[in-house]
Amino acid sequence: MINTDVLIIGAGPTGLFCAHQLGIIGLKCEVVDNLDKIGGQCIELYPDKPIYDIPAIPECTGEELTNNLIQQIKPFNFNFHLSDRVQEIKNENSKWIVKTLKGKEFLTPNIVIAGGVGSFEPRKFPTKNCEKFEGKNVLYSVKDKTIFKDKKVVIFGGGDSALDWAIELSKNSKVTLIHRRDEFRGVHTSVDKVKELENEKKLEVFTKYSIKDVEGNENLESVEIKNEEGESKTIKADYVLGFFGLIMQLGPILEWGLNIDKKTIPVNTENFETNKKGIFAIGDICTYPGKLKLILSGFHEGALAARGCFKYARPDEKYRFEFTTTSKTVKNRIGAKE
Amino acid sequence: MAKIKYIEHSGEEHEIEVSNGLSVMEGAIQNDVPGIDADCGGGMACATCHVYVKDDWFNKLSEKSVGEDDMLDQAYEPKSNSRLSCQIIVSDELNGLVVHLPEKQL
Repeated sequence: MINTDVLIIGAGPTGLFCAHQLGIIGLKCEVVDNLDKIGGQCIELYPDKPIYDIPAIPECTGEELTNNLIQQIKPFNFNFHLSDRVQEIKNENSKWIVKTLKGKEFLTPNIVIAGGVGSFEPRKFPTKNCEKFEGKNVLYSVKDKTIFKDKKVVIFGGGDSALDWAIELSKNSKVTLIHRRDEFRGVHTSVDKVKELENEKKLEVFTKYSIKDVEGNENLESVEIKNEEGESKTIKADYVLGFFGLIMQLGPILEWGLNIDKKTIPVNTENFETNKKGIFAIGDICTYPGKLKLILSGFHEGALAARGCFKYARPDEKYRFEFTTTSKTVKNRIGAKE
Repeated sequence: MAKIKYIEHSGEEHEIEVSNGLSVMEGAIQNDVPGIDADCGGGMACATCHVYVKDDWFNKLSEKSVGEDDMLDQAYEPKSNSRLSCQIIVSDELNGLVVHLPEKQL
């Protein structure tokens, strides 16, 4: 069991800056995120897209913003628990016991939900039969590529993951790549490579087709694809891989007894606490009159939520406001020279 | 101002007057039309405001920008007449536009 002052759910810009504010006021925190890297939507959806509305930064990319925030909280040495998801929370003696999917446990008086619009999950095939084979013959990520050796693999998708795996697996497997339109959105070199392999008959490509269903009893036998004209084809398959990018889902958060309004969590604007004591929500996931889904609003919300956490983490101390420019204590915390 | 008809997958219709300059997505969100989620708030960073536009109207809309099709690849059941409604900006010319909502967004 990890003891901490605050558990932050979500390592996007809002969660990171809230961690910074917690560090400044002398609290400890642990950060959990479902992605395998720090940065949230900034790093997953638009690492290269320029952002123009961060105060005092005329232009930066999602990746630069993330790197700067990581740099800013470095002095505090907070732990990140990536590729993990908070699954269950339970209140005991006015503290929260938090359990993750990977089995980690935290004991904390405060939870800050900075979960954006939910955790990133792979988009799945829409049919019931695909569910039946999921994790076995129908996969949305590759953990061990050796299982595909000498097998028939059908890959769906038009982005880099689909192209990269089509190229890689075509070395040792019979690969069919299927995409809903003619253009692929992966990098040019991969698109060219796939065309080259197609010409050499090392893999097959069907465009303007999408999945209709998969078939098989014990094991997967084939996959049926269809185009918009209603024509369908059946392709023999041992494995079906889907790479349609990630979608965002609130997931377990919905089951914690929090008020939810259109996928967002209503909060007060004094300290961004939810209807549950010791649970705060900041960033895109929170809502209140006048809410703006801007990174800068998330920073403000994180700063105030951090102060809200203080009173539960240090019930016997009085919070004192200090400036980073003048406070010796704060300077010590961030390791700055006096 | 344009009258926009949103037709849910169930067939239920919502006819709404949307001000010029707003997106078709915003017209739906501000008027509580079910079936459009718009998780990212109009940043073309998700595919949860996905709609189908029949040919006669599809061809009258401004062309898809780079990136819209890439996002649509990640939508639920995209077709060749799919659009992200956050990328369709309302003007007088769109008076009478009909958009069909998919069975679901996620």
